[in-house]
Amino acid sequence: MPKKRPKLAVWKFASCDGCQLSLLDCEDELLAVAGAVEIAYFPEASRAVAKGPYDLSLVEGSITTPHDAERIHRIRRQSKFLVSIGACATSGGIQALRNFKNVKEFVSIVYASPGYIHTLNKSTPIADHIAVDFELRGCPVSKVQLLELVNALLNGRKPNIGNQSVCVGCKARGAVCVMVARGAPCLGPVTQEGCGAICPAYDRGCYGCFGPKESPNTGSLSERWGVLGVDKKGRVRAFRGFNAYADAFRRESEANER
Amino acid sequence: MTHPKRPPIDSRWVLERKDFNGLFEALAGRGYAVIGPTVRDAAIVYEEIQSDQDLPEGWTDEQEAGRYRLKPRPDRKLFGYNVGPHSWKRWLNPPSVRLWRARREGGGFAVAPETERPPRVAFLGVRPCELRAIEIQDKVFMGGGYKDDIYKSRRDSLFIVAVQCGQAGGTCFCVSMKTGPKSNGGFDLALTEVLESGRHYFLLEVGTARGAEVAGEVACVPAGKHQRQAAEARVMEAVSQMGRTMDTSDLRGLFYRNAEHPRWEETAARCLLCANCTMACPTCFCTTVEDTTDLTGERAERRRTWDSCFSADFSYLHGGSVRFSPKSRYRQWITHKLAAWFDQFGTSGCVGCGRCITWCPAAIDITEEVRAIRKGDSGKKE
Repeated sequence: MPKKRPKLAVWKFASCDGCQLSLLDCEDELLAVAGAVEIAYFPEASRAVAKGPYDLSLVEGSITTPHDAERIHRIRRQSKFLVSIGACATSGGIQALRNFKNVKEFVSIVYASPGYIHTLNKSTPIADHIAVDFELRGCPVSKVQLLELVNALLNGRKPNIGNQSVCVGCKARGAVCVMVARGAPCLGPVTQEGCGAICPAYDRGCYGCFGPKESPNTGSLSERWGVLGVDKKGRVRAFRGFNAYADAFRRESEANER
Repeated sequence: MTHPKRPPIDSRWVLERKDFNGLFEALAGRGYAVIGPTVRDAAIVYEEIQSDQDLPEGWTDEQEAGRYRLKPRPDRKLFGYNVGPHSWKRWLNPPSVRLWRARREGGGFAVAPETERPPRVAFLGVRPCELRAIEIQDKVFMGGGYKDDIYKSRRDSLFIVAVQCGQAGGTCFCVSMKTGPKSNGGFDLALTEVLESGRHYFLLEVGTARGAEVAGEVACVPAGKHQRQAAEARVMEAVSQMGRTMDTSDLRGLFYRNAEHPRWEETAARCLLCANCTMACPTCFCTTVEDTTDLTGERAERRRTWDSCFSADFSYLHGGSVRFSPKSRYRQWITHKLAAWFDQFGTSGCVGCGRCITWCPAAIDITEEVRAIRKGDSGKKE
């Protein structure tokens, strides 16, 4: 009797779809993935929908509407493992910039009939609403890490996905530190590795796409940015990127606003 | 005058700049890939190079805590720079290396040991502090009861061309650590670069029989008293230029006495826990292993990758990390490096190369830390 393949579902909340595309971007490995799991729900890839429950749910996007705040609970109930993928799902994403402002004002300026808009004051990560089994960081997620996650789950082992700094990735690939050698402001020392240190390898500072690393000393890094000539306003902008509402980055940007 | 096919060990020769490429040819002829200094990404890094054209001719660097700048120099020196971001451990203990592969077989699995042989490599431009660092790693990987095959196979086939230092950088302190700026052994060949009154040459020292074979193929003439003295004078210049100093008296006792010291909290407030110092350090050797599978679960492999005592996972035991606070991680690193290393390997773990100072994005300075700990030394004798 053939082994029953685990059912995979991919869900979308407030997001750009880029992380879902990372899964489709797995090109060489995509057929192997499709062979190993049953893609049961993935509207970005297929109209065919199989009913739950699902063995693995990948959740992209943040919670920004009352409707989504309900929907995520239904997904959790149907999912054995639930993994939030990408900066939106793990920290609220770039749309969490609204969290620092008054959303009602935006709505009144942008929309002709604001009455139709049902939106929450804050864009929040999935883990603020339900229990999440694993978080895959990045804007977008790394396809290597995504495959590793699926692979680990299929084989019942722990995924090899660390929480060290981008610097570790830089040093592993032999890239020269842009902060030290060029005086370029870089978020690498407080950002979680996962991208393979792409930006520093191409001579520019890290943007922090993968969010805060374990024990990020944002205050000390911010001070060094000051020494490199970045004023407080510039530091606020730097920490308010794709992971603006991740706790450590949020606190640092707020500290620089004072 | 031609020189003997096998110049004696310890003999000294003069290699003219115009004949320098002969060294590359002799090494290539013996099947060595040459790893040496070259300019890339605003720094002088180590990577595979083909000829003297790849060397950082006319380049130097300025170094301070947390700061490195590549600068042109007024002359055409090939080795007129200080140690850069890379260290040689990259080739002897690579950042990521496969240990073995396995295939599922029946109810179990069959392991295929790694059979790929490392490339035959010659290091060109190893500085005295770096020679000392290699010697220290030799102890770590091959000195005890367990020999590390990965390191050993690379080390055994390694050819070393050292370069004695004719200058020192802003974060150098090899004089304090007694590791430089001149080395009397640990190399196959050693060069001292001399530029005087329009003449550009290298004093070539023969360190081993293997070195003698290579030297025998390079055009050079016996060194006279003047050239030996000129080379010695360059080394003395380096001594006078040390950017940093460290008082090394009783370092072991100092750190063991001061596990509790207000300085730890102060430094922890600055430390980014980014692990740059450990990755740049030529003696830090810690690794972790991870197992991976393919999607079907039919194949698995185990890899060894660089790790750092600055990460929480490094000290993760059942239930959590033993060293959770930033303070405990920084203290662990420096106490191991400067104190516990003596108990473990019989030497200091620091060679005074200054990399951890230059490449710390937060500009933490190991020599400054030692001074600060000494200042409040709780067990200091009156």
